[in-house]
Amino acid sequence: MLHMDLLMQSLPIMGNGMLGIFIVTGVIIGVVTLLNKITSGE
Amino acid sequence: MEVLIQNFTDITLQQVIMWIIGGVLIYLAIAKDMEPTLLLPMGFGAILVNLPNSGAAAVIDHLFEIGINQHELFPLILFIGIGAMIDFQPLLTNPKLMIFGAAAQFGIFFTLCMASLFGFQLNDAASIAIIGAADGPTSIFVSQMLKSNYTAAIMVAAYSYMALVPMVQPPIIKLCTTKAERKIRMQYKGKPVSKRTKILFPIVVTMIVGLVAPDAVVLIGFLMFGNLIRECGVLNSLSETAQNVLANLITLLLGITIASRMSAEEFLKFETLLIMGLGLVAFIVDTFGGVMIAKIMNLFLKEKINPMIGAAGISAFPMSARVVHKLGLEEDNQNFLLMHSIGVNVSGQIASVIAGGLILALVGG
Repeated sequence: MLHMDLLMQSLPIMGNGMLGIFIVTGVIIGVVTLLNKITSGE
Repeated sequence: MEVLIQNFTDITLQQVIMWIIGGVLIYLAIAKDMEPTLLLPMGFGAILVNLPNSGAAAVIDHLFEIGINQHELFPLILFIGIGAMIDFQPLLTNPKLMIFGAAAQFGIFFTLCMASLFGFQLNDAASIAIIGAADGPTSIFVSQMLKSNYTAAIMVAAYSYMALVPMVQPPIIKLCTTKAERKIRMQYKGKPVSKRTKILFPIVVTMIVGLVAPDAVVLIGFLMFGNLIRECGVLNSLSETAQNVLANLITLLLGITIASRMSAEEFLKFETLLIMGLGLVAFIVDTFGGVMIAKIMNLFLKEKINPMIGAAGISAFPMSARVVHKLGLEEDNQNFLLMHSIGVNVSGQIASVIAGGLILALVGG
């Protein structure tokens, strides 16, 4: 028995979750790149 | 004599099946060297709690209550040890590798949908999905926070598949890539990373994740605290203790404590089989997600990436990085992908914890 209603309920979570991961990751990449630039002379 | 006979007559078929499952876990740990630090205590614990009228069940239950159920202490403390073990240098040298770590969490969210489709309630579906984090402590933490009814099955699946990474990933990677793609060589530009960056990295990541997913800040916080101890340079003995004694001690207790959820009546359900299947789906889709994002990036990059390194974005560290490196060498014995895949692999560690946090934030802890 497949539960399409529960699937529909979880689809937005998949979208938001993946979007959230990429946003957080993007911020971390940006910060690390910045840190590397600032401290490159050390 | 009557008591002795009573104990024998109290043995149920389900308990015997659990002894066999316990025996299989012990066999896999010893003979196949599959995650022995966890599978062996879990296997032994499964036998221990499934003896008729077992006096050990209450003690292990108590350990579960104080170590996992109340504040998820064991997995969190273990994270300090794991953080102290991880060298983020390959990632800090090339932070863009984190994209693969993020993409390789797709299996988690895909599995969440699949588990929902099979009728699991959202809290259970999310807990099952987190098997795809390929990270035992995160799986325990999330499933406990979400009050899942299937913690034991989730644990067994998470640790079993982590151990099975060398068997699960290669066919998927080969299926998603061409021979020419697998032969792509990548130059490693090992740029030095300053000590200041290494120290600031765990602090900054904790703050970023804390602001986005406050529920999960404890996860990333403990991981990064361990890493800060490692990188600060003034707490070497604490770092060594965290990496060895602390991590070993907690792992020892964690395995046998999880076994408290492996009583026959709790474990032997059709859902357990379904969870094992969904866990496998999570690992497969994680691998697929990581490889595919690399292939997509290659459409736009001049200097091509070997798409296999995307597969190391699952958190199973360092098995996944080794798998990718080995596959690279199989195609071309001068193709050394280890440093790239290690970088992706540690980024997967961070991304899986972020995924756990987002699951908690979106599904509700």
